Formats: sequence, C-alpha cells, structure tokens
Amino acid sequence: MDIHEFQAKELLATKGVKLPRGGIAYSPEQARYRASEIGGEAWVVKAQIHSGARGKAGGIILCRSEEDVEAAADNLIGRRLVTHQTGPKGNLVNRLYIEETVQIDRELYLGIVLDRKAERIKIIASPSGGMEIEEIAAKEPDSLIEITVDPGGGMQRFQARELAFGLGLDGSMVTKATDTLLACYRVFRDFDATMLEINPLVVSKGELMALDCKMSFDENALFRRPDISEMRDKSQEDPRETFASDRGLSYVGLEGEIGCIINGAGLAMATLDMIKLSGGEPANFLDIGGGASPERVAKSFRAVLQDKNVKVILVNIFAGINRCDWVAEGVVKAREEVGLDLPLIVRLSGTKVEEGKKILAEKAPDVVVADTLQEAAERAVAEWKKLGQSAAA
Amino acid sequence: MAILLNKDTKVIVQGITGRIGSFHAEDMMAYGTKVVGGVTPGKGGTTHLGVPVFSTVKGAVQETGAEASIVFVPPPFAADSIMEAADSGIKTCVCITDGIPAQDMMRVKRYMRRYRAENRMMLMGPNCAGMITAGQAMMGIMPGHIYQPGRIGIIARSGTLSYEAASQMKARGIGVSTSVGIGGDPINGSSFRDVLELFEEDDETDAVVMIGEIGGPQEVDAARWAEENFSKPLLAYIAGLSAPKGKRMGHAGAIVSGEGESAQEKVEIIRACGHHIIPNPSAFGETVESLLNDMKKAA
Repeated sequence: MDIHEFQAKELLATKGVKLPRGGIAYSPEQARYRASEIGGEAWVVKAQIHSGARGKAGGIILCRSEEDVEAAADNLIGRRLVTHQTGPKGNLVNRLYIEETVQIDRELYLGIVLDRKAERIKIIASPSGGMEIEEIAAKEPDSLIEITVDPGGGMQRFQARELAFGLGLDGSMVTKATDTLLACYRVFRDFDATMLEINPLVVSKGELMALDCKMSFDENALFRRPDISEMRDKSQEDPRETFASDRGLSYVGLEGEIGCIINGAGLAMATLDMIKLSGGEPANFLDIGGGASPERVAKSFRAVLQDKNVKVILVNIFAGINRCDWVAEGVVKAREEVGLDLPLIVRLSGTKVEEGKKILAEKAPDVVVADTLQEAAERAVAEWKKLGQSAAA
Repeated sequence: MAILLNKDTKVIVQGITGRIGSFHAEDMMAYGTKVVGGVTPGKGGTTHLGVPVFSTVKGAVQETGAEASIVFVPPPFAADSIMEAADSGIKTCVCITDGIPAQDMMRVKRYMRRYRAENRMMLMGPNCAGMITAGQAMMGIMPGHIYQPGRIGIIARSGTLSYEAASQMKARGIGVSTSVGIGGDPINGSSFRDVLELFEEDDETDAVVMIGEIGGPQEVDAARWAEENFSKPLLAYIAGLSAPKGKRMGHAGAIVSGEGESAQEKVEIIRACGHHIIPNPSAFGETVESLLNDMKKAA
C-alpha cells in the first residue's frame, strides 16, 4: 500500500527527522492561506498523488507570491496527472502540500528496502541525490553505498556513521546524519514499510532535511498498523481494484476484454499467459482464494463486471481447498443475480469436479465447459473473436 | 524415500483444533500420513480427531517423537509458531498460513540461524500448499488423488500450478516422487535451490519440474546453481509473462520490482543455463513426457 508525500513526512516527523515547514490544502484559498501561515517569500505547491516523477508531469510548482500559490493550486486541483508510474489515465489531484523553500547546499539520496536476496532490510545512499535511483545506478554506480541490517540487533550507530562518511559529510553533520538515518530506519521498521525513499535528502544551512518522501507498506502487516490503514487514499487506486479489495478479493485491472476468475495466484498468472498465447488479452487478474463459497464466487463476478470492457468471462478452478460444486453453484447464483448474458467459459478440475459439472449441465446448460487450461483459454479467445467479428459486421 | 516425507514420518499439526487445521488434518490422515498429535496452546490434555493435543510443541515432541510439523496458525501468531517448532527439535516444518508480515519472516529466518546447520529445521512456506510424497504421505492442502506415485520431483511457489503439473503428468501416466511447495511470499523458508539439493541426493527422483513466477531472485539462483551442481534434468516454467511491472499479482512476492525479475528475463537466463523450458502452463505433461522419451532413447 502506498501513501502520499505529506503522510510519509508526518511519519518521519514522529521519529525526529527534520523537514521544511508545510501544510495541506484542498482548495486554492486554503493553499494561499497556508502560504501566508508559513511565511517567507517563496513556496512550493506539490500535487499529492501516489507517484514519483511529479515534477516532470507539472505537479510541482515554485511560486514567489501568495497570488501565484493560489493560481498554481487552482491549476492543479481536480486535474489528472500522468507520469510514467500512473499509467495513461493518470492520477487525480485532490489535495496539495504547500511547503516553504529551503536553501539547498547538497542533494543526497536515501532509500530503504526489503532485500529479498539478503532477507534483510537494506539501506542505500548516494551523494548524487535529485536524480532517480535508476539513473544513479546507471550513471554513477560507484556512488551507491549500501548496508544491510541484522534483524536480531537492528541498525547500529556505526552503520549509520559509515553511511554518513560515505556521503562525504564531516564535522557536526556526521552526528546529525547518523541520527537522521537511524530515525528513518526506525520509521521503516516500526510501521512495517516495504520501501522508504527520500530523494532528495538535502544539506541546508548545516541541517539535514527530507525534501520529498515516498513510502510503501506491507499489506500483510496492516492488521497491526491501523494508523497506516487510515492513510489509504482510494481516489489514487484503480476503481475496479478498490471494489474488489473492499470485498477481500485479490484483483489487478488490465487492459483486455476477457474477464478472469481463477483460484490461486500462480494459476491466475498462468491463465492470463495462456489467454495471451491463444491470441487474446485478459481484462484482469483475479484470485478468489481458497475455500470459496458460492457467495464469494458470485462476488467475484460482480468485481469482474465492474469493468465495462469485459466481453467474455473465463472461470478456471483447480480445486484443492476449494470445491467445484460450490464454484458451480456460485456461477449459477451469479448469473441469476447479475443477469449475466456474456459468453461464459468454465473449467473445473480437482475436488468434486463431477458434482460441479453436473450442476452446470442442469442449471446453466449454455455455459461452455472446458476440461483443460488450454481448451478453456482457446474457447474464451474464440468466443471473444466471434463477438469482434459480429460487431464489425 | 523420495524427499522430506514418507509414510513413517511422524507429523504434528499446529493449530489442529481450528476449523482449517482440523479439516486438513483429517484429510492428511485419510491419505495415510502418520499424524501423531496436535498443538493448541491451552488445550493440552484433550483429544482431537483421535490424537492427543498438547499445549506446547516441546510437549508434543517429547510424548510422540514427532519429527515434522504443519502450521495452520493465523498470520499474527504464525511466525511465533514456526520459531517454537524450530526450538523443539522439529526437523521439517510446513507453514500453510498466508499473510505473515515480511518483517516477521525476516526474524524467523534470523532466529533459525541460532541452530547449527545439521540441526536446523527445514521450513517450507509460508503461504504454500505443503508437500506430498505420492502414495505415501502428505503435509498440505492439496487434492491427494491427482498425484500418481513416480519418479519426477516438483518444486513450486504456487499450489494450484503444482496441481496443474501433477494432473497433466498423471494424464500421461507419469508419476511424482515428492512435490514441494515453497510458497508465494517474498521471504520464505526454503528456496528452489535448497529443495533441488535434496532432490540431487534422492535416488528415487529422475528429473525435477521447477514452477516459478515473476519477482525475486530464487528461480535464477537455482538455475545457476543447477548448471554446475545438479546432475538430473531440470524443467522450468515461469508464470507471469503478461504481468505489468510494479503490480503485485496476488502473491506478496509476485511483483516485478527489479532487473531480472520479469518472466521473460527469468526464462532467458534459465534457458542459457542449459535447462529445459516448459513454454506454457498447458505443456507440463507433454514437456516431461518428451524428456522421458529422450532419456529412454539415450539409455
């Protein structure tokens, strides 16, 4: 789960990381008032969306008067910003962060990630802040300094000091940087983050400050992080994904027209691959999970049908924990409830498969029943192509 | 004995009195697994499904001589249960639980290093379907009837894809020695390579099917290790050719976040290491069959 810059900065502040003064605004008037509250002669108006590269997309505007702040806010609020991370539709700007400008003496990079290979928290820093990490890695790989943290003892002061010296800091800045780095590690650890990036971390008049911050969190740990759950902003999500996740379904929206309902993440990915190999495009990834009741199957149909592009639905179940008879009941129930009239291809295998097929034959005889994954994908693509031809004709 | 598990392995079920633990414990017993007891803190001294329940894993191990354990404990408490098993002398542990925080798993992995390598518990999962030695015993949630006893090993992140592989093989009369689920989480107990090392030593396994997916370094690590160290044929399928970058595809670990983590890149590297590629998820059966035919001809 991602959060906004201003929320990430609130979390940094709880552990004592220094930040420029700033405030949130939902309207041009509030933005102007915030600027007057903060004082000074220049401000940065920053669109709050779940994406990096906001500057390039016009989402960060430097203003030299309160009128300019109001005008910049007026221009940004309600717009959809498109970056290379948002996809072509972009993300809606409905709030802004107004921040004082600070003198920048040096720009540094700080990133904290879960390193899957080391199975530890890894801290990455570079004296070349301001550029994106991919760019630093490509242009100045030698500038990157890394340490990994032992989960038994946590991050040690000497490790933070090593990073500080590696960043080329000296004198009293080393102590300040050591404190800041340890604070950032604690934010990461204590809130179950999976990613924390401060770019740039700046040296400003003898202080170290986070000018920007991006954070993502481990969804498996949200049960113990209600404060983080509250930071979720559904306006930044694909509405199809919000609908599904509110109903406990694992769903990812894609661009095609063949809707998919599958059990198991691996089989779901493999089924999408099979649709592609058969010449079609999947509309979504959806894993109904284990032990799916007929109600849950019906819910999955509603989630898939949120996407108005869906023209054909493919159900692929290999039941271990699941039961094919329950899935079949769910298919029948969903068709009745939502008045489904799209071509439907169902492949059932595993536990109670004969019972499941019998239910479909009796109560939903027009459903195409497939025996194998390949047959299911090919039939789904064939049905989809038929529709395309009749629409063209 | 194939690997890790056979009909004589004594197994306890952590979380045996819960709805899910109870359901699958019964299934495991019906398949022939030697379930000798269960653990639910506070319910020690009672009996469930005809076996004794203990309050601690140590108590269960002392009384029953159990060597293996399967964990059905809910996510907030699962990491603790795994460490309890490791500390009680359990040799092999399967954790089915889906949804354990990554930092909890980091601590589990670190904790397990307190034991010497030869005494260290082997952990499969979390977020896996478990493992099965076909025709002998299962510690997991798979439909046992789709596995025909035989000489092909399976290692998979995804449970349902390993079912797909086993059933396609059975349809062509090809059997499985042991199928092992390593789970879909970013930090898991055993890697593909850890399990390959066991299959290398197993004279009842002739070849291994590795079923991976997008995200993480483990498929590539295993392929590179196997190039030098694995003497049997290795066949690999990688799911997620159509997965967009930066999106988590169901499994917490299935996300392309760095170089070499997409399905295309993994397939290329595995092929370059000289292993066999299973081109699509409908081709498990035919790819294994044609390999076996080639092996027969060569022999």
